[in-house]
Amino acid sequence: MAELKYALYTGCTARESTPELLMSTMAVAKKLGIELVLLDEASCCGASHLQDFDDFLSLVLNARNICYAEKQGLDMVTICNTCQLNTVMTKERLDHDEDLKSQVNEKLAEVGLEYKGTSSVRHFLYAIIDDYGLDKLAEKVEKPLNDFNIAAFYGCHNIRPSHIHHKHNNKLIETDVGEGGGEEAFTTEEFMGKYNMHENPYNPNSLDRLIEALQGKSVDYESKNKCCGFHADLQAPKTANRLTGTALLDAIDNNADMMVTPCPLCHLNMDVKQHAVAKEMGRDIALPVLHLPQLVGLALGIDPKELGLQHHVAETQFA
Amino acid sequence: MSTERITKKLTFKTFRFNSETDFLPYFKTYEMEVGKDELVLDILNRIKWEFDGSFSYRRSCRHGICGACAIKVNGKPVLSCKQNVWELVDIFQTDTLLLEPQSKKRVVKDMIIDRSDFWKKHAQLKPYLEAEIDEHPEEEIKVSPKEAEELLEADYCIQCGSCYYACPVVEVNEEYFGPAQFAKAYRFNADVRDTAKTDRLETVREMGPGVWDCVKCFECAEACPKDVNPIEKITKLHNQLFEEGLAQDNVATRHAVGFKHSIIKHGILDEGELVRYSEGNIGVLKHLPEAIAMFKKGKIVMPWNMPKSKNLDEIQTLVKSSSKVKF
Repeated sequence: MAELKYALYTGCTARESTPELLMSTMAVAKKLGIELVLLDEASCCGASHLQDFDDFLSLVLNARNICYAEKQGLDMVTICNTCQLNTVMTKERLDHDEDLKSQVNEKLAEVGLEYKGTSSVRHFLYAIIDDYGLDKLAEKVEKPLNDFNIAAFYGCHNIRPSHIHHKHNNKLIETDVGEGGGEEAFTTEEFMGKYNMHENPYNPNSLDRLIEALQGKSVDYESKNKCCGFHADLQAPKTANRLTGTALLDAIDNNADMMVTPCPLCHLNMDVKQHAVAKEMGRDIALPVLHLPQLVGLALGIDPKELGLQHHVAETQFA
Repeated sequence: MSTERITKKLTFKTFRFNSETDFLPYFKTYEMEVGKDELVLDILNRIKWEFDGSFSYRRSCRHGICGACAIKVNGKPVLSCKQNVWELVDIFQTDTLLLEPQSKKRVVKDMIIDRSDFWKKHAQLKPYLEAEIDEHPEEEIKVSPKEAEELLEADYCIQCGSCYYACPVVEVNEEYFGPAQFAKAYRFNADVRDTAKTDRLETVREMGPGVWDCVKCFECAEACPKDVNPIEKITKLHNQLFEEGLAQDNVATRHAVGFKHSIIKHGILDEGELVRYSEGNIGVLKHLPEAIAMFKKGKIVMPWNMPKSKNLDEIQTLVKSSSKVKF
């Protein structure tokens, strides 16, 4: 197999409030021989909030980020669900609207850049599963996770809306499947065959398959594909706390020893806010919550310190 | 060629409850051979006709336009008359499907729920065209194709409630209008003939019931059987609030605008400053316990260590030249 090499769009969180995400991503990539080139030029993706305020500005900034991956001739990987969705939503609109693309490129030309649409954009989770391969990963496991019940928490922006997910995260659909929800994505038999092998927003399985490859036991619980409420944390804290709490307690009630998520924003709610959430829910909550690469890293035998477990707010003394 | 009909033996675990006579809901299980062509509505009919005449559900048009037959199967919102059963078997990789009403806490009988909250909220957003109409016009009122496109197919909504009862905010915040309601508000706000845009925007900007409480989970986009994509319309309403100068100065609007401030300064987001800017100098204090916990674990970057994007000057140039909205 050719060397795997990607441009890594870290997002802001991995450089600030979840330093452990960047540490563990780099450690795992190194161990697996995946080369990640940091896109230090990239700006914030707007996280859907800048989009609420100034949509066009968010398109220009996201297009600029993709330009830097294109300039190096590399596909982009992300390690934040919200970065992933906002980047591919920009890509989707520019790739299908020549007029919009030229408006954006007119601005980018001011700084000597041009968006072409040549780099794919995927979450690192799917690069590990589809490009590196779960079989190969399973061979590298040094510390099997077989003592643990692990609750996969998928995070909205990696799995919904499904047509965007399928097209970009799985690189499966070449043709345009429309703007709305996922319904027309179900219409042909051939398509459904492909669909089942991969992620369905109502029954996602990528993380569960990953957990099994690391020999852990994946927890079956209803909240795995639900929302943590992060995007309303400031303006509707009660809503956010209830959503986070419902998911954490669902995992705990189904005997989870820990939770794992590919999204640092979910992680902030699930890890940092356990105390406030417990108060809202009226029940004690104590659950270690790992970032995806941390879980992989532990199974690969990487030192927990190198994976940044010391940066967690919720206790992680389970290993 | 064989003419034998191919079927799958499936089990339907079905939610049963009569609010007038039952103390608690229960599940009844029905087994049947199901063909490739059968829809969820066919199964509901067969339960009633072949097993139990007392089983209740709503149905009417049978071709995806009345919105009456929406239920949930294995948690997935479906329009019974459009959803193929084998496809659900495929998605959930199981021979047992769980038939449930859209919302268990609103059940009247079996699959039938009380949708009065849905309609009450719907009515509050002026879900109709408000315009001064000349009853004897010289010529017809013209709407160009380009203007009609602005509706973004929001007029395809059939009010089935699939998005509303899939929305996690509706579950925890009784005041929240909900995705179908916002999509409808957008539908008339985007109509060039309408004159009630300001009224609707003043209603949807309220904290609690309004658009700022959306958690951006995309459940509504996924649930909609007509591809209305309600969250896209919610974003459009956010945009309209700023464009029309109707956005109030509050934590939610400052949160949206704060991203731009951070990006100009650092390229990436200054998380701490975003919270301070959004909450204000006093409001930010309520985050102190969490901030201290985060600081102890090395999760807070001090202002003097705040990282910046490389080639920040490019970002600043672009923010200057590409900003289209003021606040």
